[in-house]
Amino acid sequence: MKPGSTSSACAALIRRDLTLVWRRRGDALNPILFALIVVALFPLALGPEPENLRRIAAGVVFVAILLAGLLALDTLFRGDYEDGSLEQLVLSPHPLSLLLACKIAVHWLTTALPLIVIAPLLGELLHLAEPVRWVLVLALLLATPLLSLLGAVCVALTVGMHRSGMLLALLVLPLYVPVLIFGAGACNAAQAALPYLAPLLWLGAALVLALVLAPLACAAALRISLS
Amino acid sequence: MNALTLWFHKIGSPPTFYRIAGWLGPWCFGLGLLFGLVGLYGGLVLAPADYQQGDAFRIIFIHVPCAWMGLFAYFFMAANAFVALVWRIKLSEILAVASAPVGAAFTFITLVTGSLWGKPMWGTWWTWDARLTSELVLLFIYLGIIGLYNAIEDRRQAARAAGFLALVGVVNIPIVHFSVNWWNTLHQGSTVRLMGPSKIDAAMLWPLLLMALATHLWFFGSLLARARVGLLELDGGKDWVRTIALADGARNHE
Repeated sequence: MKPGSTSSACAALIRRDLTLVWRRRGDALNPILFALIVVALFPLALGPEPENLRRIAAGVVFVAILLAGLLALDTLFRGDYEDGSLEQLVLSPHPLSLLLACKIAVHWLTTALPLIVIAPLLGELLHLAEPVRWVLVLALLLATPLLSLLGAVCVALTVGMHRSGMLLALLVLPLYVPVLIFGAGACNAAQAALPYLAPLLWLGAALVLALVLAPLACAAALRISLS
Repeated sequence: MNALTLWFHKIGSPPTFYRIAGWLGPWCFGLGLLFGLVGLYGGLVLAPADYQQGDAFRIIFIHVPCAWMGLFAYFFMAANAFVALVWRIKLSEILAVASAPVGAAFTFITLVTGSLWGKPMWGTWWTWDARLTSELVLLFIYLGIIGLYNAIEDRRQAARAAGFLALVGVVNIPIVHFSVNWWNTLHQGSTVRLMGPSKIDAAMLWPLLLMALATHLWFFGSLLARARVGLLELDGGKDWVRTIALADGARNHE
């Protein structure tokens, strides 16, 4: 049997993944609820003074969204690994890195994008100033795809394990440090009325680099853990 | 096959490496201990006190060599991981995995001595400075590699996965370093340079370099001992391990 073109394979994969998410659309709400609860914990722990909260708001929202993304990473390959379709992907004649890039893109669209949409609301909960809110959204738009790509490489390494949650956090979080520094750094600079473009440009550069390299690394890691 | 590749293949074969490592390991430990004692004597007794920090600076003779070793062990591990992933050499897998705990230990010592040094000098055990933070992240990356290796059942697959993570970390470590530098910095710059004159007195420099040599030797001794155990575990069913085990058993019965 002659295999179809690579683009049609990618399109089929994207359609399938989107359908799977749509069939279980209740689950897609979980990261949002998680981020909301984490953000709500901070005023409870630190006291409700708006001045205090405003100072830490951008960082807290950033960390909450980062952690929500970390917890959502597990679902990237879990279902496909359990029903065997991940192995079929690896065996397919199309470039694995491209197929994985499609999977990561769908995962980002369904888990990270809703988080970015509610980020201004989360900022509002902590009295984040209006102009900083848009810098936060911009930083998240650049940072979350980067987090998804980096995370995918680590998830690919732990894909066959039973209880990989804590280990995954240990692998992923050190890699997230620079992203957090630049993303939250841009917000803090904006809050202090300093120029905030440089860290955003750094994030953009890292994103371009990761877009090219991370799917390749993810494919290599997946081949190791499925071998 | 020319002489060099033949030699390379011989060294890389587990029984030969096991024998050579068994012979080299004690030498590394012994010389490392000797140089370490001389270096410590030079650093703690002979070297003059610092004009600004007094005697407190003397912890540099442990702190700085360990910091160098933490990075050296990482690059040694990553180089071996690269060889293991590209050419599938079993020995490189073992060497890469064996250097992770040693490097993690050196990094941990660096953090502890640095914090002991920071208390009298900066007035605090810990500060979120660039170098401290990147060293902490380095320790976490080490722990992640060790954790990943221990979490996978199959030893060779585990070594390949851990090695791959080590290579990902190689890309990440400079990024972490520069990002935290950009973020916040308090730690002093480097005093010892490979190129150009060092900003340290000769009486303080020679014990430092001797300590660096000693930690390198200790690293290799520890690495060889770990690699030997790793080889025995991996090749448990092979003939050469059986011969060694039988010889050991016979010696114990005498």
